[in-house]
Amino acid sequence: MITAAVEEREHYLNASYGIKSWLLTKDHKRIALLYLATITFFFFIGGIFATLIRIELLTPKGDLVSSDTYNKLFTMHGVIMVFFFLIPSVPATLGNFFIPMMIGARDLAFPRINLLSWYLLVIGGLFAIFAMVAGGVDTGWTFYTPYSTSYSNTWVIATALGIIVAGFSSILTGLNFIVTVHTMRAPGMTWFRLPLFVWANYATALIQVLGTPVLAITLVLVFCERMFHIGIFDPALGGDPVLFQHLFWFYSHPAVYIMVLPGMGILSELVSVYSRKRVFGYGFVAFSSVAIAVLGFLVWGHHLFVSGQSLYAGMVFSFLSYFVAIPSAIKVFNWTATLYKGSISYATPMLYAFGFIGLFTIGGLTGLFVAALGIDVHVTDTYFVIAHFHYIMVGGTIMAYLGGLHYWWPKMTGRMYPEGGAKLSALVIFLGFNLTFFPQFILGYLGMPRRYHAYPDEFQVLHVLSTAGASVLAVGYLIPAIYFIWSLRYGAVAGANPWKATGLEWQTPSPPPPHNFEETPVVTHEAYDYSATIGEAVQVG
Amino acid sequence: MASELHVETLALREQFDTASQQKNASTLGMWIFLITEIMFFGGMFLAYTAYRSWYPNVFGAASRTLNATIGAINTAVLLCSSFTMVLAVRAGQLGKRKAIMIFLSLTMLLGLAFLGIKGYEWWEKFQEHHVPGPSFHMEGTPLQGQAQLFFSLYFAMTGLHALHMVIGVGVMSVLLLQAYRGKYSAEYYTPIDVGGLYWHFVDIIWIYLFPLLYLIDRHGPKP
Amino acid sequence: MSERTEHVDSVLTYAIVWIALLAATALTTAVAYVDLGPFSVVVALFIAVCKMLLVALFFMHVRHSAKLTRLVLLGGLLWLGILITLSMADFLTRGWLGVPGK
Repeated sequence: MITAAVEEREHYLNASYGIKSWLLTKDHKRIALLYLATITFFFFIGGIFATLIRIELLTPKGDLVSSDTYNKLFTMHGVIMVFFFLIPSVPATLGNFFIPMMIGARDLAFPRINLLSWYLLVIGGLFAIFAMVAGGVDTGWTFYTPYSTSYSNTWVIATALGIIVAGFSSILTGLNFIVTVHTMRAPGMTWFRLPLFVWANYATALIQVLGTPVLAITLVLVFCERMFHIGIFDPALGGDPVLFQHLFWFYSHPAVYIMVLPGMGILSELVSVYSRKRVFGYGFVAFSSVAIAVLGFLVWGHHLFVSGQSLYAGMVFSFLSYFVAIPSAIKVFNWTATLYKGSISYATPMLYAFGFIGLFTIGGLTGLFVAALGIDVHVTDTYFVIAHFHYIMVGGTIMAYLGGLHYWWPKMTGRMYPEGGAKLSALVIFLGFNLTFFPQFILGYLGMPRRYHAYPDEFQVLHVLSTAGASVLAVGYLIPAIYFIWSLRYGAVAGANPWKATGLEWQTPSPPPPHNFEETPVVTHEAYDYSATIGEAVQVG
Repeated sequence: MASELHVETLALREQFDTASQQKNASTLGMWIFLITEIMFFGGMFLAYTAYRSWYPNVFGAASRTLNATIGAINTAVLLCSSFTMVLAVRAGQLGKRKAIMIFLSLTMLLGLAFLGIKGYEWWEKFQEHHVPGPSFHMEGTPLQGQAQLFFSLYFAMTGLHALHMVIGVGVMSVLLLQAYRGKYSAEYYTPIDVGGLYWHFVDIIWIYLFPLLYLIDRHGPKP
Repeated sequence: MSERTEHVDSVLTYAIVWIALLAATALTTAVAYVDLGPFSVVVALFIAVCKMLLVALFFMHVRHSAKLTRLVLLGGLLWLGILITLSMADFLTRGWLGVPGK
């Protein structure tokens, strides 16, 4: 199309004005931005709780806050970060924005349900914020019974309701994505021509629709037990608190794959465009996404190793837990093979991709340690586990998310972010992250329990290092927040395809028109066909 | 070349290219929703399975306090409503407005009858002090805790089912109104179709709840 | 990828299925009063599965529907199976070791 200045051409941002045009929009791109604002807000709330936790842990005594308050801090940090930031993050922002574009569609299959999903997240979030402001909840984000049902005197019901509502948001998003990918692909867009980002979000959507309902009913049962004394988990009646744990982790383990799979999808995009090569082993990567989704449902009992679960069940779950590492490893091998003989660019998104590969690998390997029943008996409920999952969630998912945000920022806004500042903050984040969480592996191995705010003196040095890292990490996260907003006005104007990437989303102007494409595209080639790009072509792997 | 002139109607929303694409999407969407419902109820089916396997005798005794005849009649009522529902869908396929309205109305009535009978059963349970809580007491066993577990599951499962019935009746009333307004035809009856899928699913849940709750051990304990 | 397009089942077909469902209900109720020991639950569930299949195949038109629909339904049932089976692997093996808490 004619390269008119961004302001003169109609696109999805200027097609209509006013608050109603945003709050009642059916445009998946606008809904993606609504989500972006919402989850960023929750990220910083969760970050505030993390800050307070780390400050408390500077000293061995529990002297900043009382034990009860500390319980509330880590609970709310977990609840906000998991349910109101990580679970929606990539699918609801980048997925919402780009899946229709990547498949050549005008929108998702159900645009109004998409908008409803956002409202549900906001409403759920309001419940959670109410609970926080009204006094907090102290059960841990895991809500174990009978504490949550019978003994806690905090806002369990309000928080549980918020999570249930947010869960429905997640279910509807997953449903929307599955139907969209099945029924709305443009002519010629076969399954095996889909970008791997679509495969990843599709697999994630499968987990969302199959797992989240179980969390919903579990929290409903907690609500009933707390509110109406209908005891399902009450040991005094012969009930089993471990039943709660089975139901809870049946969702919450696959949930961690909801949180990381879309990030892996981003990785496939980044590694490909910044090596100017198609992804090595496309089919393997696509199938491994689905394999992770399926296998992820078979392993939840590894969270119950020391709960009173039978030893035989523990052995079964431990055995199965090793398998789920395999498809993840396959992806890492394939990304690495993609890099081989690629024409590597070190743009900011690629820095985040490198960070992901290294940190996710560490997180994943330590996952194998805790999958081993014998080791887990010693490190469960210690900082080892905390470090393990933060390496995946923060070192993995958040890195991928930031990489994707930078990569697609020009497409979403028509502006480039400042590359210098972006590279700097990527470095700050990487260093801050490792300083925060690597000491925690050691702490956990040495016996520092999780959810404790008072600890033996000999652990202080490692805690101080961790808190120092957290301060650096916080700065690292603040810088992009500032320059992204700055770029909206002062960033260099981006063209349709600043990265010279393949993919349908780059074949339309930046920002895209309201209906994405002037004409419905017809697809005739594979997903990462870099042989056609000028100049930097490398042999097709 | 797809023109951007997509007139949005009930029959064709602007994100779709063809009516059949829209129908496929709607139907697939409803089926996926139904499997989320399978998993939603599924959590309680797990709780039931676990506790019945641990406390078979008490669960049997508690089950015997339910009225199996009324339960069976209610099951029949719901099955009849599924029959009328599928006839409503069939009427939709044939574009017969009056028949659609008649069969939807019958379905709603049968659904309300089910709910009425259920309400009566619950009231009976309340009278007998079989509602979990401080005043719970079931005759014939010292294991009151385990008996309460059965009734907690009974009320939770039939309650959630009843809630879905209420929603179903609500959906039917909307479909009835739209049918009255002439919105449906042989070319476009998708809402009736997917509404029917929902209704049948709720029926299937009850098909399992009836034997699992009412028929655990009707022949009584071993001497 | 089309659903059953023009297939309009006859009222008779539906009526037969309806009668079969009612009969199955009567059967499962009656059989419940017979002492079959551990097989009571097997029989009850078997009849319930048959009723579910009748409703799904005929009333929900699964017998005419696209493969994807059937895959979705099977997937849902399979996932319920995973939830119950793997959890029961715990509930049924508690106390097998004679060690407290295991």
